[in-house]
Amino acid sequence: MQVSMEINGKAVSIDVEPRMTLADCLRHHLGLTGTHVGCEHGVCGACTVMVDGAAMRSCLMLAVQADKAKVVTVEGLSCDEALSPLQAAFRKHHALQCGFCTPGMLTTAHALLSKEPQADETRVREVLSGNLCRCTGYTALVEAVLEARDAYQGGQEA
Amino acid sequence: MTPMHVLNSYVGSPVERIEDLRLLRGKGQFVDDLTREGLLHAAILRSNVAHGRILSIETRDALDLPGVHAVLTAPDFGPSVPVIPLRLMPMPSLEPFAQPVIASDKVRYVGEPVAVVLAESAAIAEDALELIYAEIEPLPAIVDGTKAGDGQVLLVESSGTNEAAQYSALLGDVERAFQEAEYVRREKFRVHRHTALPMEPRGILAEWDQESERLVVWGAAKVPFANRRILAQQMGLAEEDIDMIENDVGGGFGVRGEFYPEDFLVPFAARLTGRPVKWIEDRREHLIATNHAREVDCEVEIACRKDGTILGLRGSAFVDMGAYLRTNGVIGPRNVAQFLVGPYLIPNVAVTASLMMTNKTPVGTYRGPGRYEADFFRERLFDMVARDLGIDRVEFRRRNLVPEDMIPYALPTVTPVEGRTQFDSGDYQATLARCLEEIGWDEKAALQGRLIDGRYHGLGIGCFVEGGGTGPRETARLVVEADGTLSVFVGTSAVGQGLETACAQIAADALEVPMERVRIYHGSTTYVREGFGSFHSRAVVMGGSAIQLAAEALKEKVREAGARHLGCSPDEARIVDWTAVTAGGKSVELAELAAEDLTAEHTFANTKHTYSYGAHAAHVAVDPKTGAVEVLDYLAVEDVGRAINPLTLHGQTIGAIVQGLGGTLLEHLIYDENGQLLTGSLADYMMPTASDYPNIRVVTLQLRPSPVNPLGAKGAGEGGIIPVGGVIANAVAAALAPFDVQPRELPLSPPRVWAMLKTAREGAIV
Ligand code: FES
Ligand code: FES
Repeated sequence: MQVSMEINGKAVSIDVEPRMTLADCLRHHLGLTGTHVGCEHGVCGACTVMVDGAAMRSCLMLAVQADKAKVVTVEGLSCDEALSPLQAAFRKHHALQCGFCTPGMLTTAHALLSKEPQADETRVREVLSGNLCRCTGYTALVEAVLEARDAYQGGQEA
Repeated sequence: MTPMHVLNSYVGSPVERIEDLRLLRGKGQFVDDLTREGLLHAAILRSNVAHGRILSIETRDALDLPGVHAVLTAPDFGPSVPVIPLRLMPMPSLEPFAQPVIASDKVRYVGEPVAVVLAESAAIAEDALELIYAEIEPLPAIVDGTKAGDGQVLLVESSGTNEAAQYSALLGDVERAFQEAEYVRREKFRVHRHTALPMEPRGILAEWDQESERLVVWGAAKVPFANRRILAQQMGLAEEDIDMIENDVGGGFGVRGEFYPEDFLVPFAARLTGRPVKWIEDRREHLIATNHAREVDCEVEIACRKDGTILGLRGSAFVDMGAYLRTNGVIGPRNVAQFLVGPYLIPNVAVTASLMMTNKTPVGTYRGPGRYEADFFRERLFDMVARDLGIDRVEFRRRNLVPEDMIPYALPTVTPVEGRTQFDSGDYQATLARCLEEIGWDEKAALQGRLIDGRYHGLGIGCFVEGGGTGPRETARLVVEADGTLSVFVGTSAVGQGLETACAQIAADALEVPMERVRIYHGSTTYVREGFGSFHSRAVVMGGSAIQLAAEALKEKVREAGARHLGCSPDEARIVDWTAVTAGGKSVELAELAAEDLTAEHTFANTKHTYSYGAHAAHVAVDPKTGAVEVLDYLAVEDVGRAINPLTLHGQTIGAIVQGLGGTLLEHLIYDENGQLLTGSLADYMMPTASDYPNIRVVTLQLRPSPVNPLGAKGAGEGGIIPVGGVIANAVAAALAPFDVQPRELPLSPPRVWAMLKTAREGAIV
């Protein structure tokens, strides 16, 4: 089936099997391997991407369901060499170790702060609790997201 | 050895990581991110029977599926199926229990590989699995390690036993200690089966080049050189004909990077088909195929004087090994035996650990192997003993910690393996004191056992040691490149712990250059002659020491080369900013000298271990209505000798604590009586999430550098997990002291705590 999407600002049209997940489509057909797959059953959140502004688990979504959607993956969060403020906060706070959960954490946090730039610690923890990280124990992740809030004030998408 | 002087700019500073720049932008390269021209995908049919005899495997329908290239079963792997040898502490008597790479006559656990499908896509390969019909005659399954010894059902008939081995840790004269003791107490404890669960599942990509008869394997981690040795032997290749390439690695924690059946099956399939083959584990597979850990039953007895002085400790542990002895499976039981004493002066010890074979997934090391279990047994016991003797439980520990003037202090000797080790340095009283102070032990003491807003409050404490820095050796090679950068090649490997940054810090300091000028190459077998990998908190200590020593040699070489050019003696030559060498007003550019092969290699050899140490304390609240335990405050104090990067170390320690809390309160690999795993998905196996444990604090100290390496650093990163079970269980016991609830078994899940409380209350009424 033919699917057309806008991925990280670029129009893409691709022929996929109906059963192909969005995660597999991004990773193995579009070469966007920044999106990771940790469980394939919707629990770990590593595969989270933004679909029309909302954080979605790309392992639970078929590529055909994303037809005509705007998809943002971790590769689309910053341009060129510079880190986005959220990414920089992750680095500063050591919010990643192995980095496997990181793309999902970034997209989840980005979706949250884009909508709720005032989110407090409880809210951040609540939202991040949908994503598993085995390395950090989450403390640094929460610190990083809280610090990055500044960059989202005034509604601009960082 | 006295620590060398280093210009202390990077080492010891919270340097942001090099790795992050790629990982944050989705530009990391994990094994499943790779592909090759003509790739075939492998999927593995696994036994769904815990114990049984294979009668037949019918593969025709699977082969007929369009896109399926081959279906392999045991006979396809030659006249005898290769067996995976033990990497650590092998003994001939253990060989019958080693795992064949694919089941041929019997299956011994749910998850054991039975057939391999190779297909044009992963989806087709998985479809084909459903078209393979394996007829397996079930045999009775052994699921309880403590009952495996009766020998009614044998996993390996030819061995005549399900007890693969027994380790003993011995010191002094334990019989006499118990005869003469004024007080003895015997207790039974149990730690449950759980596991590491790195977020990236395992994966392998292998490619065979027919022309050169060489094999390349991507996805190597932890111990690439050791795995290459095993693979070379199994495939009849020379080691040099195999390159193991390390990619970004999504967490290790002991389980990833060991040699598993797939580490043979996939490369073998690549050679057989002449096409590159990739296999990526899925999560359900991971939970039944990758090493489990920690399941130990222990009976332990302590002898003391009335004043609380410990005279002796003896006990027997039964470790559920699962169906096979894996590469490092014996380490857990060995450590349970040796480290039951912890950081305490116990002059007479006799502890045995029996390795019991059962029809469950095989076990291996998981962060703090054996130590987590042993610490739970010991620290729990200590609280019970202190109460019996009417001694404050902190005071009981204080009286028994190994005093600094007795260090180096030898631990009980483990037989039948090379089992001698000694504490290298430490002020154990200092970390305990600091821990009490930071948590506010005295102020909070009044809360213990009190019901506040419907929940009972309690405090727990425990002391620990963390072994690290295992030898035998590690090599680093430093090269001055033509563009003036410095390349560092090292044999240790990364498993997501930030090795690249730590090594760059050490190299930059030793060479006195900005970190940006240093490139680190690690892990892959193409970089150095040999390497011993990343386990037992050794990668930074050993690799870093090698780098530091190689750096000294490199400086010498550069000065010599410069001196030759300038016609002076090396002593007069000075390296300026790694761009030039000067002497007596003349200078020569380094770029010019680089043509002369400015390379230095150094091997750091060491047989001694480092021992980080410290104390943890926790404040919990227990809800008697639900059995839920909330961790209100968790504090870890650890002396690591010297912290290379406090930022990353701090993060690793918090991560380890949360893993420990998961293992203590949530995570559980539960089997039914037929040997079926009941918690086989992440929806059933409860891992900690961001909302579970927000109150973790870590204090890292650098009180006593290690005398056994030039950095003064001690292995760190496991200390966070080791004491957690004991500390939390002690806190729960303190909270529920009004009911005399004594946790003896983990996990302290809500149903278990609730049930303990119910039993205690009913007992009180009767
Ligand atoms: S891979 Fe999608 S939630 Fe885990
Ligand atoms: S950084 Fe490793 S899983 Fe989160």
